[in-house]
Amino acid sequence: MAEIKRHDNRLGLWGWLGGGRWGVERYAYLLHRLTGLGILAYFLMHIFVTSLRATGRYVWLKGEFFDRPIFKMGEFLVFAAFAYHALNGIRLVLVELGFAVGKPIEPVYPYKTSLSVQRPLLVAMMILALVLVAAGGYEFLGLAK
Amino acid sequence: MRETKYWTWHMAAGVVILFLLGLHMLIMHTGGITHWFAPHGGEAISKENSLARDGMLFFTVTYILLLLVALYHGLYGLRTILFELTLKPAVEKAVSFVLVVVGLGLLGLGTWAAIAAHAIAGARG
Repeated sequence: MAEIKRHDNRLGLWGWLGGGRWGVERYAYLLHRLTGLGILAYFLMHIFVTSLRATGRYVWLKGEFFDRPIFKMGEFLVFAAFAYHALNGIRLVLVELGFAVGKPIEPVYPYKTSLSVQRPLLVAMMILALVLVAAGGYEFLGLAK
Repeated sequence: MRETKYWTWHMAAGVVILFLLGLHMLIMHTGGITHWFAPHGGEAISKENSLARDGMLFFTVTYILLLLVALYHGLYGLRTILFELTLKPAVEKAVSFVLVVVGLGLLGLGTWAAIAAHAIAGARG
């Protein structure tokens, strides 16, 4: 089996945080990571909290521990993170599988990169994410009652 | 090859999560608009509505499936991020081991809770 060549990650955490000159997709990547880590942290706690119902404890009901504005706000942030992570994730899977990046062409100046070919997909996904966040906000603000 | 396989599973798990978590989010957070799977009215997270969903085999099975794919997707994603920091091979092995143990532990807890809640809801009729 071929051995994997290891390269030092010189930039470390700064390599994640600094978008530099790489354009809007680089910031989409950063936000995808941050939302992923946030959702994971919430999910691990969510497993513990919701498992308590098997012992007859529903700690999210009115008057219980999790019935506080800070947790409601946190839940909305998780919902918004999910909306972004899911829709950007669809874009990433499509691009990974070769969709929405155009056919390979000769590199003739002025160059047209696959980044600019897939950009309308990024814009469409971000608009959809905003619509979902708005719908979730409508519910969280209690306007749906 | 093995890492390619893990990465493909990571993407496939993401697609499964998209549908299952999408359904979960729609029920839980747009329930005031849609009123899906909340037969007792009011909030989707009320005890009565939670018990009603726990009593449906569809939800018990999909909760366990969602738990499995979401744990894999999330913990593999975390592993990928950590590995990008160029860890030593021994540390990489330790990280993988800890994440597998945590994942299996939480899968066991969540599966037990889903099955127990289904039994409780069934006993209440």
